[in-house]
Amino acid sequence: MRNWIEIGALNDIPRLGSRVVRTKNCEIAVFRTENDDVFALHDQCPHQHGALSQGIVHGNRVTCPLHNWVISLEDGEAQGRDTGCTRTFNVKLDGDTVLLEV
Amino acid sequence: MRTVEELLKIAPGKYDITVFGEEPYGNYNRIMLSPVLTGEKTIEEIMINDLTWYEGNGITLHAGLDKAVVNIDRRNRKVIAKDGTEARYDRLLLSTGSNPFIIPLPGHDLKGVIAFRDIADVNTMLAAAREQKNAVIIGAGLLGLEAANGLMTQGMNVTVIHDLDVLMNRQLDQPAAKLLLSSLQKRGMTFKMAAATREIHGNNKGHVVAISFEDGDKLPADLVVMAVGVRPNIALAEKVGLQCNRGVLVDDTMQTFDPCIYAVGECIEHRGNIFGLVAPLFEQAKVCANHLAEFGFGKYFNSATATKLKVTGIDLFSAGDFISDENSEDIVFQDPHGGVYKKVVVEDNKIKGTVLYGDTMDGPWYFQMMKDGTDISEIRDRLLFGQAHLGNSGTEGAGAVANLPDHAEICGCNGICKGDIVKAIAADNLFTLDDVRDATKASASCGSCTGLVEQLILETLGGDYNETEKRKSICRCTEYSHDEIRAVIPDKNLKTIRAVTEFLKFSNPDGCHVCRPAINYYLLAQWPGEYKDDSRSRFTNERMHANIQKDNTYSVVPRMWGGLTTPKELRAIADAAEKYNVPTVKVTGGQRIDLLGVKKEDLPKIWKDLNDAGMVSGHAYGKSLRTVKTCVGSKHCRFGTQDAMGMGIEIEKLTWGSWTPAKVKIAVSGCPRNCAESTIKDFGVVAVDSGWELYVGGNGGMKVRVSDFLTKVSSGDDVKEYACAFIQMYREQGHHNERTAPWIERVGLSYVKEELVENDTQRKELYARFLESQKYAQIDPWAERASKGVDVADFIPLKVLG
Repeated sequence: MRNWIEIGALNDIPRLGSRVVRTKNCEIAVFRTENDDVFALHDQCPHQHGALSQGIVHGNRVTCPLHNWVISLEDGEAQGRDTGCTRTFNVKLDGDTVLLEV
Repeated sequence: MRTVEELLKIAPGKYDITVFGEEPYGNYNRIMLSPVLTGEKTIEEIMINDLTWYEGNGITLHAGLDKAVVNIDRRNRKVIAKDGTEARYDRLLLSTGSNPFIIPLPGHDLKGVIAFRDIADVNTMLAAAREQKNAVIIGAGLLGLEAANGLMTQGMNVTVIHDLDVLMNRQLDQPAAKLLLSSLQKRGMTFKMAAATREIHGNNKGHVVAISFEDGDKLPADLVVMAVGVRPNIALAEKVGLQCNRGVLVDDTMQTFDPCIYAVGECIEHRGNIFGLVAPLFEQAKVCANHLAEFGFGKYFNSATATKLKVTGIDLFSAGDFISDENSEDIVFQDPHGGVYKKVVVEDNKIKGTVLYGDTMDGPWYFQMMKDGTDISEIRDRLLFGQAHLGNSGTEGAGAVANLPDHAEICGCNGICKGDIVKAIAADNLFTLDDVRDATKASASCGSCTGLVEQLILETLGGDYNETEKRKSICRCTEYSHDEIRAVIPDKNLKTIRAVTEFLKFSNPDGCHVCRPAINYYLLAQWPGEYKDDSRSRFTNERMHANIQKDNTYSVVPRMWGGLTTPKELRAIADAAEKYNVPTVKVTGGQRIDLLGVKKEDLPKIWKDLNDAGMVSGHAYGKSLRTVKTCVGSKHCRFGTQDAMGMGIEIEKLTWGSWTPAKVKIAVSGCPRNCAESTIKDFGVVAVDSGWELYVGGNGGMKVRVSDFLTKVSSGDDVKEYACAFIQMYREQGHHNERTAPWIERVGLSYVKEELVENDTQRKELYARFLESQKYAQIDPWAERASKGVDVADFIPLKVLG
């Protein structure tokens, strides 16, 4: 069963920033870009498990705080010559409310 | 074409681009024609953009002899090709290159008399080498010798004719030329120096057979290659009335006298200079693209170039002004028997030029110092022995990369070896540091091997290398350097990151993890009290005010002024460590206590407990003042001459909280035994009986650098004034992420002394500006978050499910 769960208001997440949603299985990083798009990734860099929620957000990408891998927020893929992928989650806005599919 | 590439990078889609070219190919790297001639490379390998590239970028290419542009209708702004093809333009770029100079000797138009300029010439030479025996090269310059070597490799008997008695007189002085001559003779090349040619003789089929000289000599010749220099190709420009001298005249923006027409490359004349090497052409392309994209602030200034002879087995390096005059001095090393010659020309303690033969390992190093205007007075006595003999200090990681074996690891983060990088540069036609980073990952992580990688590129490409140190762009979001971005902030009164990236037309207005923290810092340093720090442009450490560890926990280091603590503080630290289950408690190198393994959510709580015991953040995570380390000093030590602990505490209370380009470490030692290790700190104080010695620019990290002596002062107040003024100067001039050691090497110690020691007014003003900015900086970030609700959301989950 998949369903959309309300996780907070858009303004709870800083622009060019991220907040974490803790589930039973893992931590999910929810990102907000400069244009108020929202994305959600497993909060773990494919390289050495750095917390992507702590990285710097630029465009639709985030830079991991541990070794500067750049991960696409859209598909979780490592950019440039790095290879690896982080799981993505569906997230959407309903007005100002952020909904996450779990 | 380089201009077009640059333009596509910064303003794709701005123009519909049409390219006219006489040669029936895409564009190729002309410099690499010599290796094609020797058979070391194929034509495919030296192509830069093939026809599919043009298609892929939506560029219309008109290539071939009948597509040569024969006229420009400037009034109606269109160009006309030989076959009548026309194209209208808003902006026109002329890059007609140069023509080889053909000496108008009798017989210069015979078959088999050619220049060495394009693929057609190379093909003619290769064909001649297959069927014929004797080749004569006229001109013993760089190109002539490369052609001679190529033909010799292909099996021909080669004689080189030169009108002077010095080979490569543009690049070499007499002693070096002599060494080169004898080495080429040993390989079987014949020379006729100081020779005056009279006539080229042909047979009845109109093909060359011999060449004769004024002295009566005559040489058989099946092939004559004239390599006596090039002349800018200005025929078209002159025909349509553009102002020309030796080349098409352009200003610093690469604009000709017709504002719609730009010109770059070998066809131009810029401030009296014409050009023949690749590096300045790339620089011009960047500037020109900047103006075509209507950014309007690139400026070309003639950059120094270095030359390497591309003849396998011969090591030769030449750069700058290597013939001394009455104002300059030569430093020379000569070992004719061993085939080594080194000359460095110095003027006002700066390198002006160099010629190296036989041992060129340090060429790139001299060249870099020449471009940077580095003051060499301190290393003058060891200069010619090379970088390897300088010890580890001052080398910026560039310890003689040339003599490393191929399997030597260059990039420790990604495990990339020298051989991988050299191979990639050659195989993938890499020109820039970014190219190499993309292709190999070398220098793409921590960046500490950047110097080594740059040396490798320079070593591999010689004069083709494209970066001029001072103008390196900050990151790939922009073409602009740290200094250019810094300068534009006060100039244009820019007050936000967005304002900076939009004004400079960054490819991504959010920037990236490299430029955004840098711009945030520059704004903070420029507008103290006014600019609001952007926490989203901070690395996690500076946003969380704690140092992230490999398992995503953080370390917490409370400040201990001058390294002193009390039983009460120690008790509070012990209590906090137990309360929050801190797994590791350690004493740091800077005399502080580190609580490692604290969970993110616990940070504000543990800070609150430490705050309550009177402690504040130790900034052990920031590009800021870290610690002031002290020794016991005169208070207890029987050798101590001054109160080192007291001085350390005072300096730390003055300087804590300031944001700096990179971390700053200070130490105060109470006597010359220097127990606080002051001489490997950014700012070091060593007490002596009569006062305090001050040292700057030390580093104990991955490249140990012993600090430079700045001055000696007598009073404690002077020590504090100097410390603050030094930090402020560094704050205002250092590049983000550049420690004081490389900063001082970049700007020169004598400059720092001039500003700080010799100029009292300047020092006092720097001191005042530092104190002013400290008014807004000395706020404990821990208390803000633990008790005043700043950024609390950063520490707690948005939502906990299940």
